[in-house]
Amino acid sequence: MLILTCPVCGVTAEETEFHAGGEAHLTRHGPGASDADFEDYLFMRANPRGVHFERWRHVYGCGKWFHAARCTTTLQVFGTYTAQTSAPPQEILDKIADARPDWTPRTPG
Amino acid sequence: MKRYSAFAIAREALRYHTGWDRAWRAPEPKPHYDVIIIGGGGHGLATAYHLGKNHGITNVAILEKGWLGGGNTGRNTTIIRSNYLQDPSAALYEKSRSLYETMSQDLNYNVMFSPRGVIMLAQTQHEVRGYQRTAHANALQGVKTEFISPDRVKQLVPIINIDGPRYPVLGGLWQARGGTARHDAVAWGYARACSDMGMDVIQQCEVTAIKRDGGKVTGVSTTRGEITCGKVGIVVAGNSGHVAGLAGFRLPIESVALQALVSEPIKPCMDVVVMANTVHGYMSQSDKGEMVIGGGTDGYNNYTQRGSFHHIEETVRALVETFPMVSRLKMLRQWGGIVDITGDRSPILSKTPVDGVFINCGWGTGGFKATPGSGWAMAELMAKGRSPLTDAFGLERFREGRFIDESVAAGVAH
Repeated sequence: MLILTCPVCGVTAEETEFHAGGEAHLTRHGPGASDADFEDYLFMRANPRGVHFERWRHVYGCGKWFHAARCTTTLQVFGTYTAQTSAPPQEILDKIADARPDWTPRTPG
Repeated sequence: MKRYSAFAIAREALRYHTGWDRAWRAPEPKPHYDVIIIGGGGHGLATAYHLGKNHGITNVAILEKGWLGGGNTGRNTTIIRSNYLQDPSAALYEKSRSLYETMSQDLNYNVMFSPRGVIMLAQTQHEVRGYQRTAHANALQGVKTEFISPDRVKQLVPIINIDGPRYPVLGGLWQARGGTARHDAVAWGYARACSDMGMDVIQQCEVTAIKRDGGKVTGVSTTRGEITCGKVGIVVAGNSGHVAGLAGFRLPIESVALQALVSEPIKPCMDVVVMANTVHGYMSQSDKGEMVIGGGTDGYNNYTQRGSFHHIEETVRALVETFPMVSRLKMLRQWGGIVDITGDRSPILSKTPVDGVFINCGWGTGGFKATPGSGWAMAELMAKGRSPLTDAFGLERFREGRFIDESVAAGVAH
């Protein structure tokens, strides 16, 4: 059972109060995009074994979307942060670096 | 290979069972193979088996990082059916189901195929219409299914409650030649047959790099040394994204946990497989007497091979109304596997951006039933460069918008 803290309302709760929303920080491509870019946006996923940045929604709480950094091989949650950003904040990257010294951020794309 | 037979059992009984061979050899990796299959689960082993049997390619190694069939092959609920809506799916899954009919004889290994019949319950008006449509599609595809009445469902499954207050049974899609098989035996039977053809089944051998030269594959690095090869088949289910990453391309796949559980063993009470997609649960009774129960996936990316407890609760709670006896059963054990889910919930059997690398993945929550057909089609694709069974399942379909939308056709459990 994951335990997440909603960065919007501050509530810490079990995963049943939240809903997972898939990979975070995808580049959104729309009309005029190439087929490859649109495919990347809609279907292609990093799906890493290890550190994963993802979207969550606090469905049975404040209803807001937020982001989380989590390890997919241990289920450790490194931290949660606002959805109003296109990249994880330094504070989260520092926490990941403390827990996973070998980890290097994946270059987008 | 010594053939298994009633005569062999009698012969060994007379000499204290000292004459049985190991079912497959445990060789050291050779420096070169024509084909390397990454992944020693059912699909990988079936691919290797059909490369040898159908196409005469036997200089093959199957590399498995853990033990044979230790991933999803040994973690599923062993259901076999082919009642899909879309033509490409029905062709592939029906090919697979038909191969199960003779698999024990073909492999000389008892896979305990039990065509006991599969019912998919219709518990809403939408499902009634959906399954009637599927039954009509199946008639055109040559897949024998029929839409049956609630009374017939009750006749086939006496323990079912067909007039529950929330989810009454309004009918069902019945495939009489669907059923179950022993999942471990499928992997073991294939491994034995592959080994007998001279292929090397190598366990405890993880691929750590896929080497390329000018866009063409040249070999792999493993935890047991370097191996060169002509072609590579990636058949690693939940780890497809990771292994594709080693070859330098991405996949439209997310890996999530799917759980199953079994009850304590009880006397025979249900001799068909029942799937209830509205409430998200499915159940059959194993030969040992355990009720085998499966449900839905967790919602988030996961490689831990364990799932969330609340999903078990949801699955069992949903089944209690339709099967009241479930409420009195003790659950014996629970496990999870990592399934590879694609955007359209259909598999990928395809060439890849790397010349000589082929991928077979995306079977999601329903791969066991497809094991022999998947191997048959993948072997043809790898040997000949194309297969009529895999044409629609290419990696490029996501870019081109040619989806095989079984998430609509199959509902949830699939």
